[in-house]
Amino acid sequence: MGYAQAQETPIAFIGGTIIPVSGPPIENGILLVQHGKIQAVGRAATVRLSSEVTRIDVSGKVLMPGLVDTHSHVGEAAGGDGSAALQPDVRVLDALNVWSPSLGRARAGGITTVNVMPGSGHLLSGQTAYLKLRKGNAIQELLLCKDLLNEVCGGMKMANGTNPMRDNGTFPGTRSRSAAMARQLFIKAQAYQRKIKEAAGDATKMPERDLQMEALVQVLEGKRTVHFHTHRADDILTAIRIGQEFGFKPVLQHVSEGWKVAKEIAASGFPASVIVIDSPGGKLEAMDMRFETGAALVKEGALMGYHTDDYITDSRLFLRSAALGMRAGLNREKALESVTLAGAKMLDLDHRLGTLESGKDADFIVLSGDPMSVYTRIEQTWIEGKKVFDLSNPEDRKYATGAYGVLVGDVVHTHHDGDEDGHR
Amino acid sequence: MIKHLLFLCVVVGLPNVLSAQKYALKADVVHTVSGPSIQNGLLLVKDGKIEWVGAAKDKAIPKDYKTYTAKTITPGLVDGHSVVGLAGALNQPHDQDQLETSGAPIAPELRALDAYNPREILVSYLREMGVTTIHTGHGPGALISGQTLVAKTIGNSIQEAVVDSSSMLAITLGSGISSAFKSPATRSKALAMLRQELLKAQSYLRKMEQPEIGKRPERDLKLETLAQLLKGELKALVTVDRAHDIQAAIRLAKEFNLKMVLDSASEAYLVMDEIKSSGVELVLHPTMKRAAGESENLTFETAKILNEAGIAFSLQSGFEGYVPKTRVVLFEAAIAAAYGLPYDKALAAITINPAKILGISHRVGSLEIGKDADVVLFDGDPFEYTTHVCTVFVNGKVVSETCR
Repeated sequence: MGYAQAQETPIAFIGGTIIPVSGPPIENGILLVQHGKIQAVGRAATVRLSSEVTRIDVSGKVLMPGLVDTHSHVGEAAGGDGSAALQPDVRVLDALNVWSPSLGRARAGGITTVNVMPGSGHLLSGQTAYLKLRKGNAIQELLLCKDLLNEVCGGMKMANGTNPMRDNGTFPGTRSRSAAMARQLFIKAQAYQRKIKEAAGDATKMPERDLQMEALVQVLEGKRTVHFHTHRADDILTAIRIGQEFGFKPVLQHVSEGWKVAKEIAASGFPASVIVIDSPGGKLEAMDMRFETGAALVKEGALMGYHTDDYITDSRLFLRSAALGMRAGLNREKALESVTLAGAKMLDLDHRLGTLESGKDADFIVLSGDPMSVYTRIEQTWIEGKKVFDLSNPEDRKYATGAYGVLVGDVVHTHHDGDEDGHR
Repeated sequence: MIKHLLFLCVVVGLPNVLSAQKYALKADVVHTVSGPSIQNGLLLVKDGKIEWVGAAKDKAIPKDYKTYTAKTITPGLVDGHSVVGLAGALNQPHDQDQLETSGAPIAPELRALDAYNPREILVSYLREMGVTTIHTGHGPGALISGQTLVAKTIGNSIQEAVVDSSSMLAITLGSGISSAFKSPATRSKALAMLRQELLKAQSYLRKMEQPEIGKRPERDLKLETLAQLLKGELKALVTVDRAHDIQAAIRLAKEFNLKMVLDSASEAYLVMDEIKSSGVELVLHPTMKRAAGESENLTFETAKILNEAGIAFSLQSGFEGYVPKTRVVLFEAAIAAAYGLPYDKALAAITINPAKILGISHRVGSLEIGKDADVVLFDGDPFEYTTHVCTVFVNGKVVSETCR
């Protein structure tokens, strides 16, 4: 692919305020990037620049890490269909439209890394894809993994509560059946895993290849992270219970009633990726949703981040979720982490992403001011040292503001049942 | 506007419910909306009304007044169009009354006041966010889905809450008409059906105006309501997004001389001259409404663009079939302001402008002596994400005191 290698000339961003997230803000800082990586970051006086460095003056601007969105539906990928409640074989990467305008919206929102989830309404709707929002013409140019045949390139989407319930018999109609169906499938995967182990490398003794079982074995081995849609307090505890029973570590997703069970979530050690919605309700499991959830989880010591669930909330307003968390008691440091480092940790990518530190990927955004202010605009988005969004470019700007014909057809078509979106 | 005398009597008859308390509200900035903002301002509230407003240095606070202090004070917010109170937070069939699909697609006889639930949790949610007046009722989805009402976000009954029991008639054009209706299924059919129905109402109106009572037809709720529309007693609230549908709506307004309010109007920026010259009013879509379907061409900057063209408009919480079940006009105005709408215009779009469109600007929408004491106290810039709505007054009564 060689995307990272494309940026050969070192570039220094000079004079701005740098929020590295790994430490306090740096006034009059320098961010030096080359070969797609951060070479240096620090106060102007501490970073030496050779004459070959391209200098970009960002005085008056704020630089921070590219945003990491742990739950999004950009790219119009559907995932599982209505044929079964559990479809671990289905991959988002086989359906994602890299030309979708929704990716342009996400870049305009400062999102550089995204976990694209398959659609909703299943107990298990398929394999997610971890992407960099590079401008590419094929899915492999966006994936964070290098070899999509042999590497794990994303997570696994599960759900409980009212979301997977349908009245057709194939899908669960109650919470107990939801849990039983998911557990039964994991027990089957454990047996498959045992057979592989017993074969001890002998190809003649290996079980027949089974795409569903292979993906679930990756979950059991801790190589593929389960992202577990769960809203209500009791459903959150059920997700934790299933993770603990089968020895995997889910990222709890949405977590609307997390404020009620913040202690229990923190004690489980499982991270929580929270959605922020402007009002409670809209479905039964979100009735007790509050802006306070993020602060409550952090207070108890849980790893907490936010996500967009785009198109449920707009990628262009991702920072708003963190700011509304701050409105409800989250401190500034944790608010900044919640859309950067926390997400990187949840995707096991914090060695590469989430902070501005020497050696990490050169993914960052240039802002007009305080990231937590409504009046601040995201002016530029850079991925691995390449600019993928520039507000001063009229074509890019259309994605930031909307314009006639620009966002046409960018909505994901994933939902099957219940109301217009298939959620209940 | 049709004021139901019954309701007015009830409200007037209960002055004690409103307030016996007197308040002095101080703030670094008081945005009166009707005039320039006042630095170090003071607002006195008595008997449910605004008694005095001005610079704090110009008035000594009388000693029996309870004092509240804030960074910023604004008028109570007015939501230009909502379905809250009819579309419940649960989003289950039993709490969704904003759209009737079992009957005919033209249902002007449906009154919001017969469905409005003042105890609905989204009503209190909006109140706690500083929204003190809502224009709510039947939502989009039928050719004519029913009547809307204007209510304060208080009270245990419609009588206590109502400001205007029948404000507008909700009409939908374009492809937003529910597929539950077999017909209309095309734009042309929709307009043909509407026009034919209005012609019928014209004829009904003529017959009803006959001097000889015996020759008048039997009362017909459907035609009676449409006759009110024709007489200008009700406004047509036309939910419409596509530019050519906006043009169709304006054509209809001209043909039948209707008082019309365009609702949502995602593509208004394409037809600004026509909107301006037609004289129709405008309640623009929520700034953060999703760009999808009929609204796929909306922009964050439409508010700014309309303002620059000299078109007055209100903002609204709109209609959501899923989450968020309601939006909050404060948040929508904030994003409009962030995307180029001047601050004072953004505030006007959620206070005085909707009050004017709703015909209630003599009571709400600005901080002026004699108006209802609907007031919001903030601990910072109202539009900032991290600012809290701290105290909310409706009719001179404290209805929320927790910073949110």
